[in-house]
Amino acid sequence: MFPTPIHQRPIVNQYIYKIFLPISLIIWLIPIFGILMTSIRGLGDITAGNMWGTPSEFLLFSNLYDVFTNTPMIKYTLNSFKVTIPTMLGAVALSCMTGFALANYKFKTNLIIFFIFIAGNFVPFQILMIPVRDLTFKIGLYNTITGLVLFHVAFQTGFCTLFMRNFIKALPQELIEAARMDGASEFKIFWRIILPLTRPAIAALCVLIFTFIWNDYFWATVLIQGDHAMPITAGLKSLNGQWITAYHLLSTGSIVAAIPPVIMFFLMQKHFIAGLTLGATKG
Amino acid sequence: MEINNSKAKRITWWQKNQVKISPWIFLAPGLIFFSIYVIAPIFVSIGISFYQWDGLSPSIYVGLQNYIELLDDEYFYISLWNNLKWLIFFMLAVPIGLGLAIFLNQIVFGIRLIKSLFFFPFVISQVVIGLIFTWFYQPNYGVIAPFLNLIGLEGFSILANENTATYGIIFAGLYPQIAYCLILYLTGLNNINPEQIEAGRMDGAKGFHLFWNIVLPQLRHATFLAIVVTVIGALRSFDMVAIMTQGGPYGYSNVLAYYMFEQALSEYGYRMGYGSAIATVLFTIMMFYILFFIYRMYRNEREDNN
Repeated sequence: MFPTPIHQRPIVNQYIYKIFLPISLIIWLIPIFGILMTSIRGLGDITAGNMWGTPSEFLLFSNLYDVFTNTPMIKYTLNSFKVTIPTMLGAVALSCMTGFALANYKFKTNLIIFFIFIAGNFVPFQILMIPVRDLTFKIGLYNTITGLVLFHVAFQTGFCTLFMRNFIKALPQELIEAARMDGASEFKIFWRIILPLTRPAIAALCVLIFTFIWNDYFWATVLIQGDHAMPITAGLKSLNGQWITAYHLLSTGSIVAAIPPVIMFFLMQKHFIAGLTLGATKG
Repeated sequence: MEINNSKAKRITWWQKNQVKISPWIFLAPGLIFFSIYVIAPIFVSIGISFYQWDGLSPSIYVGLQNYIELLDDEYFYISLWNNLKWLIFFMLAVPIGLGLAIFLNQIVFGIRLIKSLFFFPFVISQVVIGLIFTWFYQPNYGVIAPFLNLIGLEGFSILANENTATYGIIFAGLYPQIAYCLILYLTGLNNINPEQIEAGRMDGAKGFHLFWNIVLPQLRHATFLAIVVTVIGALRSFDMVAIMTQGGPYGYSNVLAYYMFEQALSEYGYRMGYGSAIATVLFTIMMFYILFFIYRMYRNEREDNN
C-alpha cells in the first residue's frame, strides 16, 4: 500500500495526521459551509456584512419559502427532472445496443465507429451549437423539453457507448459462444445474457448521466428560452440577475439546485466512482 | 414442399447472415442519432464559417473572410490567450488531486465519509460553484473582503480587474476539477500492485524515490485520464465564465467557448458565420487532444488483440 499505512508510523505522526485530516476537510469545504450558513441568514446579516459570524436569525425555512413561492423554482426543479430522467433512460438504452454491437462483433468498420463515438464525445459544444439549434428550430422543438432531451440523448450516447463497449468486452466471451452454439438468436443473446450482466454498468451510467445532465447549463441556454421549460441551472442564473445582492436567497436556491445530484452521489457512490474510472481505465 | 423449402432456405439465410447483420441493427438507432446531432453538425458548422449569416436572412458566401477578420480581432487573441492560461493553470488540478489522494489514502476512522466529502464539489453544478465564488470575491460583502483588507487591498474586485479576472475564474474552476482528479487517483492508488511496492521497500526505496520510480508509473492510467479530462475541461470552460464575468471586464476574461457564444447568440449580435469560425478554431485545437487520446486507445486495442 502506498503511502505507508499510518498505523505503522510513529505515534506522533498518527496524531498529527488525525489532527490535520479534519482541518484539511474544513478548509476544503469552506465554500460549502459558506452557502449553508448564508442560507440561514436574513437580509440584515447580509447588508451588515456578517458572513462568518453567528447568524443573528435562523431564517432557513423562511428563505426556502421565499425561494419557492416568489420564484418559479419549483417549475425549474420539475423541468430539470423532466430533462434528466428521459435522457438517462434514452442514452442508456441506445448505448446498451451500440456497446453490445461494438464489443461482440468483428467487422471492418468496428473500431472506426467506436472512435467516432469517442471523438464526438470530446468535441467542444460550440462546434455543434448553431446547427443543433437550427435543427431543433426546424423540427419545431425549440424551447421545449423534448428538444433538449433529444440532443442530450444523442450526445451522451457517445460517452455511454465508450463505457458500455468496454464493459461488455470485458465479460467472458465463452458465455456468448456457448449460447450461439445452442442456437440462441443474436437478439436473445443480447436480451437474456448480456443485458442482465451489464446491470452494474447501467447503474453507473445512470448516476453519471443524471449528474451531467442535471448540471448542464450550456444547452439549457442555447435551446430553451423562458421559464416554462427552463431547467434549474439556467433558472438559477436568471434569478441571480434579479436578486443581485440577496445572497441569502441565492444560497438557498443554490442548495436546492445541488441537492438532487448530491443525494444521488451519496446513495450510489460506489457506482458513481466505478463509472468515472471504469469507462476509461482502459484508455 | 416448395413453400417449406423456401422457408427453410430463408431461415438458413438469416442464420447464416445473422451475425453479419445484427451489429448494424443494434448500432442503427444510436449511430443515426449520434450522426444527426453530433457528427453532421461539426461539418455544417465548418461550412457556416465560410458564410455571413444572421440566422434568418439568406446567408452570403464570403470565403475566408471570417477567418481573416479573426486574425485582426483583438478580442479573439485575448480569448485565445486566456484559453492558454486555463490550459496551464487548470493543470494544477492534476498534481493537487494526486497529493490529496495520497494524503487521503489511509485507513482511519471515518475516512470513507471524509473521502466522499472531498469528492462532492465535483457533483455540484458549475453554475452553483460559479455563484458561490462570485459572491466570495465580492469586494464589499464577499467572504475574502476581510483578507483583502488585511493585505491593504480594500475594495479590490478580483473579477472586475482585467489582470485578475481570469485567474479568479480558474481558481473557482479548480475546485471541482481537483475533486475529479482526486477520484481518479484514489481509484488508481487502490489498484496498485502491493507486491511491487513491498519489493521496492525491500530494496530500500523510500519516500519520494519510491513514489517517483514505483508508484507513479503504476498510476499512469489515472494520470493520463486526469490530464485528458482537465485539458478538455479547460478548453470547454464556458459555464464558469458565463456565470462569473460574462467575459468581462471588456472581454478580458473571455475564452473561445464563451466568445463564440457571445458573437453568435447574445445581444451583441447574431453573427453565425463569425461564431462558427471561432468554434472551428476551438475545434481544431481540441482535435489534437482527441486524436492523441484515440491514438492511445488504438494502441491499447492492438495490444489487447495480440
